[in-house]
Amino acid sequence: MIEIRFHGRGGQGAVVASGILAEAAFREGKDVQSFPFFGVERRGAPVVAFTRIDSKYIRLRQKIYTPDYVLVLDPTLVEKIDVAKGLKKGGSILINTDKNPDAFSFGGEYTVATVNASNIATRLGLGSKSSPIVNTTLLGAFSKFTGIVGIKSVLAAIEGRVPVKRKENMLAARLAYEKVRF
Amino acid sequence: MGGGFIRRGWVKLVITGNHAVSYGAKLARAEVIAAYPITPQTEVVEKLSTMVANKELKAKFIKVESEHSAMAACIGASAVGARSFTATSSQGLALMHEMLHWAANARLPVVMANINRAMGPPWNIWSDQTDSLAQRDTGWLQFYCENNQEILDTIIQSYKVCEKVLLPGMVVLDAFILSHTSEPVEIPPQKLIDEYLPAYNPKYKLDVKDPHTFGGLTSPDLYYELRYKIQNSMEDALSEIKRADSSFKRKFGRGYGLVEEYRARDADTLLIVSGSMSSTAKVAVDMMREKGERAGLLRIRVFRPFPKDEIRRVVRRGVKRIGVIDRNISFGSEGIFFQEVKSALCNEKRKVPIYGFVAGLGGRDVTVEDIINIKKSIKSNNRLKDIIWVGVKK
Amino acid sequence: MKKSGSKRKKSNKKGIKTIIFKGHKDMPPCAISFANTMYNKTGKWRSIKPVILKEKCTSCLLCWKFCPEACVSIKNKRPVIDYEYCKGCGICQEVCVKGAVLLEEEKK
Repeated sequence: MIEIRFHGRGGQGAVVASGILAEAAFREGKDVQSFPFFGVERRGAPVVAFTRIDSKYIRLRQKIYTPDYVLVLDPTLVEKIDVAKGLKKGGSILINTDKNPDAFSFGGEYTVATVNASNIATRLGLGSKSSPIVNTTLLGAFSKFTGIVGIKSVLAAIEGRVPVKRKENMLAARLAYEKVRF
Repeated sequence: MGGGFIRRGWVKLVITGNHAVSYGAKLARAEVIAAYPITPQTEVVEKLSTMVANKELKAKFIKVESEHSAMAACIGASAVGARSFTATSSQGLALMHEMLHWAANARLPVVMANINRAMGPPWNIWSDQTDSLAQRDTGWLQFYCENNQEILDTIIQSYKVCEKVLLPGMVVLDAFILSHTSEPVEIPPQKLIDEYLPAYNPKYKLDVKDPHTFGGLTSPDLYYELRYKIQNSMEDALSEIKRADSSFKRKFGRGYGLVEEYRARDADTLLIVSGSMSSTAKVAVDMMREKGERAGLLRIRVFRPFPKDEIRRVVRRGVKRIGVIDRNISFGSEGIFFQEVKSALCNEKRKVPIYGFVAGLGGRDVTVEDIINIKKSIKSNNRLKDIIWVGVKK
Repeated sequence: MKKSGSKRKKSNKKGIKTIIFKGHKDMPPCAISFANTMYNKTGKWRSIKPVILKEKCTSCLLCWKFCPEACVSIKNKRPVIDYEYCKGCGICQEVCVKGAVLLEEEKK
């Protein structure tokens, strides 16, 4: 079973991203589960969401304490909270940032990937310059970085689940798929 | 999904428990929906009102000013013979209390979804079964669901049962752990649902062409018999639920039963749980089995009517110890499932020690580790206590 | 309360049917009247009887407005009490500003 944690801020689409990733994996025949951190959401406040993916039926319903992957939607969160908390040894972190992966060290046991998702999203008119919506962009990068889900499934899930600007969101995912660094 | 399968022409969607409720009500062709929004139920109502607005669902959606009014509207609708539906949670359910009695005593098969949420104060929006269990004596059937597929299926099944026994039914799901968790759910074709669940056509209903007074003053020489009849119908509901479940299984490939056994056949320690906690507990049972421990699980799906015979049957097979885990509490007494299990077993010839655990109140996560520790403490604990608190910060 | 669904219906002289249930099996699941409320002649509950004094009555119709049983009707612009349903609550006398309603002992 693969467990994934999303870190974002309220309004960036972390919860939606966890759902899109689940649906993408579901389209590849996996069993999936996605859920928000069971909290009260406020715009701008740190938000956590989770996805579980398995080739077998998923029974476990406890929260995710030791994820295999972490996605960080907001670069400022890296300094603010311990995004690597509980991350399994050999786990991976994908960060939305303009920096290179070697600019980050989380104790050296993890693989880090980066992509300037804010830039891609802003150029395609997803959200505003001050608060870009980077969730779909980051999922494109995640597909390339981890290979857990194919980009085709990610694009199909985006098309199925995103209510507005479907083409732009799909293009953003595709661009991030090309541009992710690791 | 638990031995599930995908068939041609059948849609499978990744949806939340809340949306599973909405799809269930839609497939059941609810004709009148009256509800008031409350976290974490809101998505149920949002989706249903969208379905009505889009004309996907031919129903009257009544906006009301409170949950009390919502249930009153459902009662009125059901009294004229319409299939009616509502959904609520916690404080909303508590506000409905008077009308819950009314719906049951008027023998109206209203179906509702209740999202288990803790009662305030302090405000807490997370999972806790005390809200629905506090309504156990209102005459409503109560189903506690484990996953989103079961939620959808149970909404449909409960209409079939309730309209047969003429009592209302409550489909219960945990806040967030099910309500806001997305997972694959198969949406059966409407045509097959229509075959399974024909239109509701009650013998007694409000009709301007044939006016009658319903629920008027009734003296003690008749009231008593009317209560006797409700109890009889509740007892009939046990077999009706089984019947509705097995015909559902034949048609759709999924059945749930009154209780669900999980590796309980040869168990010496039996854990009794309900709701979504059962899923995590099953993982714990698997882990304990791998270590050679004879742990088993019994999930109580139907709480009203209480499946006493099913529980006795499982325990009689040679269970040595029982642990009941409650995400609820009856203050001054103990966990509520624990009470019910004890009372079902108290006249058994062979006495089995039963331990009551209270865990996860107000959404505190109940983990695999917690369940394993519960099992350990049953084995090491010789002294029977009414409540063993799990993870109280000391 | 009268119930439908029973085969044991008896008619008395006034045409009012009473139904006797021998047991719970005869009874419908819910309390339901045999007919509508018009069937329930509440006049037989009355122990005091209101009488409108024609000479004092100004046809202000306060009694018609306030009667909780809605059994004061208007005939030729004047209030008339329907004794088949009047329970004898005396509200008409209470609201009458002209003292035109007299309460009499019911003779039965």
